Amino acid sequence: MGARHRLSSAFWRRPWLKAALLLTPPLAAFVLVYLAALVSLFVSSFWSVDAFTGKLIHQWTLQNFHDLLHSNGTYLRIAGRTIGIAAAVTITDAVLAFPLAYFMARLAGRRVRALLFVLVLLPLWSSYLVRIYAWQTILSHNGALNWSLNKIGLPDANLAYTNWAMWIVFSYVWLPFMIIPVFAAVERIPDSFIEASGDLGARGRRTFRSVVLPLALPGVVAGSIFTFSLTLGDFITPLLVGGNSSSFIGNVVEDFIGINGNIPFSAAFATVPVIVMAAYLLIARKLGAFEAL
Amino acid sequence: MRRIRRGHVLIALFTAALCVPAAGVGSGTATGSLPTKIGKGEGSLNLIEWPAYADKSFANKFVQQTGCKIHRKDAGSSNQMVALMRTGGGGGGGQYDLVSASGDASLRLILGGDVQPVNINLIPSWKKFVSVFKSPAHNTVKGVHYGVSVQWGPNTLIYNTKRVKPAPTSWAALYSSKYKGKITVPNNPIQIADAALYLMKSKPSLGITDPYELNKSQFDAAVSLLKQQKKLLKRYWNYAADEITSIANGDVTIGATWPYQTLALQAKHVPVKEIIPREGATGWADTWMLAKKAPHPNCAYLWMKYVTTPQVEAKQAIVFGETPVNPKACPFMNKIQAGSCAKYHLNQPLSYYNRIHFWKTPVPDCGNGKKDCMDYNAWQKAWAQITG
Amino acid sequence: MERKTTRAALLGWTVLVVLFLWTPLAIIAVYAFNSSNIQVWPIPGWTLHWFRVAWRDPDVRSSLWLSVNVGLRATGISLLLGTMAAFAIHRFRFFGRESISFLLLLPIALPGIITGMALNSFYVFTGISFSIWTIVIGHATFCIVVVYNNVLARLRRTQTSLVEASMDLGADGWQTFRFVVWPVLSTALVAGGLLAFALSFDEVIVTTFTAGAQTTLPIFILDNLKQGQQLPIVNVVAFAVILLTIVPVAISVRLTRDTGVLRRGAATVTAAESVEITTV
Repeated sequence: MGARHRLSSAFWRRPWLKAALLLTPPLAAFVLVYLAALVSLFVSSFWSVDAFTGKLIHQWTLQNFHDLLHSNGTYLRIAGRTIGIAAAVTITDAVLAFPLAYFMARLAGRRVRALLFVLVLLPLWSSYLVRIYAWQTILSHNGALNWSLNKIGLPDANLAYTNWAMWIVFSYVWLPFMIIPVFAAVERIPDSFIEASGDLGARGRRTFRSVVLPLALPGVVAGSIFTFSLTLGDFITPLLVGGNSSSFIGNVVEDFIGINGNIPFSAAFATVPVIVMAAYLLIARKLGAFEAL
Repeated sequence: MRRIRRGHVLIALFTAALCVPAAGVGSGTATGSLPTKIGKGEGSLNLIEWPAYADKSFANKFVQQTGCKIHRKDAGSSNQMVALMRTGGGGGGGQYDLVSASGDASLRLILGGDVQPVNINLIPSWKKFVSVFKSPAHNTVKGVHYGVSVQWGPNTLIYNTKRVKPAPTSWAALYSSKYKGKITVPNNPIQIADAALYLMKSKPSLGITDPYELNKSQFDAAVSLLKQQKKLLKRYWNYAADEITSIANGDVTIGATWPYQTLALQAKHVPVKEIIPREGATGWADTWMLAKKAPHPNCAYLWMKYVTTPQVEAKQAIVFGETPVNPKACPFMNKIQAGSCAKYHLNQPLSYYNRIHFWKTPVPDCGNGKKDCMDYNAWQKAWAQITG
Repeated sequence: MERKTTRAALLGWTVLVVLFLWTPLAIIAVYAFNSSNIQVWPIPGWTLHWFRVAWRDPDVRSSLWLSVNVGLRATGISLLLGTMAAFAIHRFRFFGRESISFLLLLPIALPGIITGMALNSFYVFTGISFSIWTIVIGHATFCIVVVYNNVLARLRRTQTSLVEASMDLGADGWQTFRFVVWPVLSTALVAGGLLAFALSFDEVIVTTFTAGAQTTLPIFILDNLKQGQQLPIVNVVAFAVILLTIVPVAISVRLTRDTGVLRRGAATVTAAESVEITTV
């Protein structure tokens, strides 16, 4: 008892000691494994491999970056496609999620809200691969979509194995990641703000634009970190539902790790999503999204 | 903001200092002497395999006989196989024992030092093999065997008999706009050889003699043909299942395939047929190769011995839709499925094999004294540009 | 506040989005009973055959077990390390604190393929061979962050005055933790732990880079999607996983609602804050 008490007061007098004790294990694990791995990856982007045996050559070179830029635009096109679809998916998810999150947070009763929570969360918990595969079957030539279209007298949609299919599937699988932070942000807006806005004579639309939207924005940005980043790094969706021009950065990266174990080239290309995400995070942080994560 | 960035830099520098010395693991190429007999099994066997290469229908008996419990790691492509063998410091990482490498991967594994020589005399069936598979260039270097051939198969042309009429006889079907948006081909750099094979016959002026030995102008011609082809494709298939699904669901009606997919589709009563077109075909020949750091070498030898026996060769051939390298398998194949020995061309004369251009890793050496051929790295980069 | 038409429109939109979320899952559920092994719509007939096949499949069992095993280990590690980090960041102000909180977000903010590649090349360079632990480490990197976020959010909502009051009343650090902090924290830990487990259980992108011969359930599903011979089993497994997840999701929804001693307190705080802000 006495020892515990002494220890306790020692910590109380020297908070830095406690902070150090608490912080060292997680930070050490994080730095020694995750960051060390990240750094070694990017160091290796300045190396090269022997074309045939696939052994790493530890010699500094910018060749990988040179190859990325001088490839008749191939890799720029792939990067553009990846970032473009990631942006489209993020916007789609924000548009789909916002009204639902608003309804959940401000209009639904306790029970309905709990039910909606489960309905939104459950798809997130069921296998990501299976959800992609479900869309593969839905969009396929003799799948449920064409069947339904034909039932109401419309022709086949022919969406299978196209970039449109990827857009649908990405928007689908990441949607819950957008709904939850937006819901949390909208829920946090005090009723009194909206009432005050009404009392000051603002109509519904004005209140929405001047009160709800700015206060919910951090939630949207927080959600977009997930939707954007998850799309940016995916390589399985393009494999399963993509068409003849659907390669993502992730596919090239994965292929090149396979080919000759060309980690350096992969690492060089992988700097693109890292730089894009770093910029995105810095902006998101300015917009206060981290509190809403 | 500024303080944060400085913090980042500090931590980055710190970790860089930490991990750079750790990177860079040298590896010698010490080769121990070959074993002279197979010892007792170690109770476990870890395989990197093509799907179904250790199918339970024939592997369970092996497990019972030897007590070697099999752990399978299915690979979807040759590249994945090489990558898997290189994990954990290469040589199978002390984890994998055997890899069923195709000819476009096997030489890379040998020269990368990821596999070790095997004593071929410990595999009795080897003496009975079709001669071209005893010591083929893709698994035997300077007389040293790095594994044992197991099965081979052609890359064929598959089509939906209801939707593709008249029946195709040439690879030209995959390059013509007649089936635009209904075609699929594999997502594999070795596909450049298929284009080269087609050009070898359709454009003799290019002077292509071997689809894996292409100089710059021949290579460019093949690549530009494939760039044209891309516009006609529904998709590239990455895994056997991609193609099976696309054809079963009617999204694709014609494409390049392995017999495996054709058999799977026919088993589902999808109206498909496959042919070896008049230009001939590329093909693969697979080798069970022994990982350099194999933790269970005895089980590995037992497995190599087991899968090359006629009965097992026959079973595997029927399961996967490929051809044994051991002709003694012929009667056993016919016992499982009447006429299958002939169907899989196991009874063909040696001249038959000349029509099949087996996968091999492209190297700068053109085989005709010149050294200006495009290597595998160039193939890979070109393929990325075609498909990207 | 909102007009009737707006409410109706919001309700309609909500229903549509929920349908969008659920239709594919419903279709997979139907395919689980598909008597044909081609995924045609509508299915030609109904059968329970694939449930039997999946139940007896040893690969399904071993991969399911491995996934549970990995999930538990990763969750355990992240509960420990994530909570420690959250306490440190919440309680103390020190140089580099901001950078650390920023860095800790990286594993979930950077695409999974980066984490996967980085760990893969790290293992390759250092010659660490793949095992269940290499998978666990891969998962723990982002699971830690999930726990950290959950705990930190809860700590921020907990009034520091309670802790101070406890100390003033003579409780030592341990007693304060046991009787004041723990009751508030426990639900956040369960919720964070469940989420971490779920993420680990479903993870495939990082795992493809950090697994050797070990087959987790998602890797099993991916392998089968690649081979295409056992799609009916995938349907059944997917259906079963959806059914099984209802329980933990329901639990976590209950727990993340503000329950327990501080619910009223938290509500008062929000109200008080808003009054303060409005008066300013």
